[in-house]
Amino acid sequence: MRLYALAVYAFLYLPIGIIALFSFSAGRSASSMQGFSLQWYGRALNNPFVMEALWTSVRVAFLSALLATLVGTMAALALTGMRGRMRATFDLLVQIAVMIPGIVIGIATLIALVSVFGLVNPWLEAATGWKLSLGAGSLIGAHGLFTMSLVVLLVRGRMETLDPALIEASNDLGATPFGTFRQVTLPQILPAILAGFLLAFTFSFDDFIIAFFVAGAETTLPIYVFSSIRRGVTPEINAIGTMVMAASLTVLIVAQLLLRRSQAQQRR
Amino acid sequence: MLDGYADAGNTMTQDHDMTQSPTDTRQTVAEFVGATKRFGEVLAADRIDLRIRRGEFLSFLGPSGCGKTTALRMLAGFESPTEGEVLIDGREVGGMPAYRRPVNMVFQHYALFPHMTVAENVGYGLRQRRPRLPKHEIADRVIRALATVRLDDFAQRRIWELSGGQQQRVALARAIINEPKILLLDEPMAALDAKLRGEMQRELLDLQRSLGITFVLVTHDQEEALSMSDRICIMGHGRIIQVGTPQDLYDRPRSRYVADFVGKANIVEGQIAARHSGWAQAALGNGVHVLVQDEPDDTRTHVDIAIRPEALSLVRRSDPTPAATAALPAMVTHRTFLGDHTEYLLTAEGIGTLQVNAPRAAERVAGGHDVGAYVHVLWPEQTGLVLAADS
Repeated sequence: MRLYALAVYAFLYLPIGIIALFSFSAGRSASSMQGFSLQWYGRALNNPFVMEALWTSVRVAFLSALLATLVGTMAALALTGMRGRMRATFDLLVQIAVMIPGIVIGIATLIALVSVFGLVNPWLEAATGWKLSLGAGSLIGAHGLFTMSLVVLLVRGRMETLDPALIEASNDLGATPFGTFRQVTLPQILPAILAGFLLAFTFSFDDFIIAFFVAGAETTLPIYVFSSIRRGVTPEINAIGTMVMAASLTVLIVAQLLLRRSQAQQRR
Repeated sequence: MLDGYADAGNTMTQDHDMTQSPTDTRQTVAEFVGATKRFGEVLAADRIDLRIRRGEFLSFLGPSGCGKTTALRMLAGFESPTEGEVLIDGREVGGMPAYRRPVNMVFQHYALFPHMTVAENVGYGLRQRRPRLPKHEIADRVIRALATVRLDDFAQRRIWELSGGQQQRVALARAIINEPKILLLDEPMAALDAKLRGEMQRELLDLQRSLGITFVLVTHDQEEALSMSDRICIMGHGRIIQVGTPQDLYDRPRSRYVADFVGKANIVEGQIAARHSGWAQAALGNGVHVLVQDEPDDTRTHVDIAIRPEALSLVRRSDPTPAATAALPAMVTHRTFLGDHTEYLLTAEGIGTLQVNAPRAAERVAGGHDVGAYVHVLWPEQTGLVLAADS
């Protein structure tokens, strides 16, 4: 049994490990190790196309995570006050949104955006001489929409474990509903909100499938890597992949720590 | 002499010694007027009429689900009555949110804010005041409030570093610092162990006397209610069953419910043979007559009679019966020695089970009685009480 588990993990992580290993190769081949050097990292970081794609990715990830966190937190707060059939319906919708494959969301979002643009653009162009198109905006919207459900799940989970007597105590002591939210609810759920933001950020930063459909002329880092592979894999791609992975892992670990802290706080 | 709210079904809920008019807020700090609360089909509070006197220590006593917590939450503003009114200081507050009411609550599990220090918790209410209070004034009052509950050195501690008793003191300080018109206490002692509970009860009483604030306590613990309250309001099925001083309720329970709930009581059936101005001659199941207290306007012939276990005493069958005492033949079935007194359970012919508590002093002189012994239970005249029919 342990051997079997070991085999599964090896199958899952060995390719990733090999990519990370080969990124330190001194030779030109992306599929063999020839000496040790950091030259491919240097080359990747000095490549203006890589840096531009990276910047686009960071910007999109930050803004879409911000959007998802704002809207997702508000949705989670509203859902906590809801009971019965309405609640069940929204719960189901949120969970479905997490489970649907990225490719379905990508295509669906593309079709939806294109139809909306088709409807709005003639009118908009006549009025302002400006029209909507695929690009960073649609990318941020699509990522934000999808990652919002992650934030909803995390924040609502925290809200459920929040002692309702704390809210009543704050009310009882003279705090208005907004004052109570600011001084009691928000500090209690803040770790969950931050964790949600970080998860949304990583998801958007790593995403290729949805971005591929709705990015228009924008090039995010995953899209850049994909198009470079078609021109042949170099250790530079390995280096980029390793850096992206390291960054994402770091963010995910921070998110996990935040969630654990919020759980520890509520146990006290 | 009764207040003017016509509600014939609830005569037991009214205070007979209350003579003020509805607008007199010098004596009345809060008032329920036919306050009713429905949660869907469930009637949590059913036409509650009650005046809470300024400066008194009032307890709502009853089993869980009797409506006592609902009554408290209507005062706090967490529930608004479905029908009827709640008044604080003569003002109707039915629609007033909790954060605008001049009352504060100590919650059952304290509900202290875990992300704040002790001092931040205690100062929370003052920080909500508008216009804002100066920082140094808040700091001063926090220090004083913490001193009141003897937690001077704990200001910078975190909540989870405190014991249960200390947390309760913080909750108390956090409430009284706002100088509320009424301090509401929702089973505040439930989470403490027995020894600490006794200590806290005394501290709470001292605090109430020194502050002069009206305290309203919710509890299911009859001893707690008896030992602390000026008045107790006994509730059942969402209604007020009886209101009175602890001694009143103990000596003159009007119903089986109250007699059962406050202290222990023997309840036996009796047939009224004669009545005279508040006293009745009743024949017990074994034919023995006893003289018991009765309501002057009672006309029933078949009644329940309550008598406290400590009012009864035991003698051997061969011993003479003292004057003005009825002797009931009985057999001892259980004997429990409890230190200061011994608890006997007996089967009395034609009556059923009786409990008799014999004080240690009496047992020392006359000796105890073994299980299986045939004895006389002595029932002194005028100690029994005819119970009103339970509504």
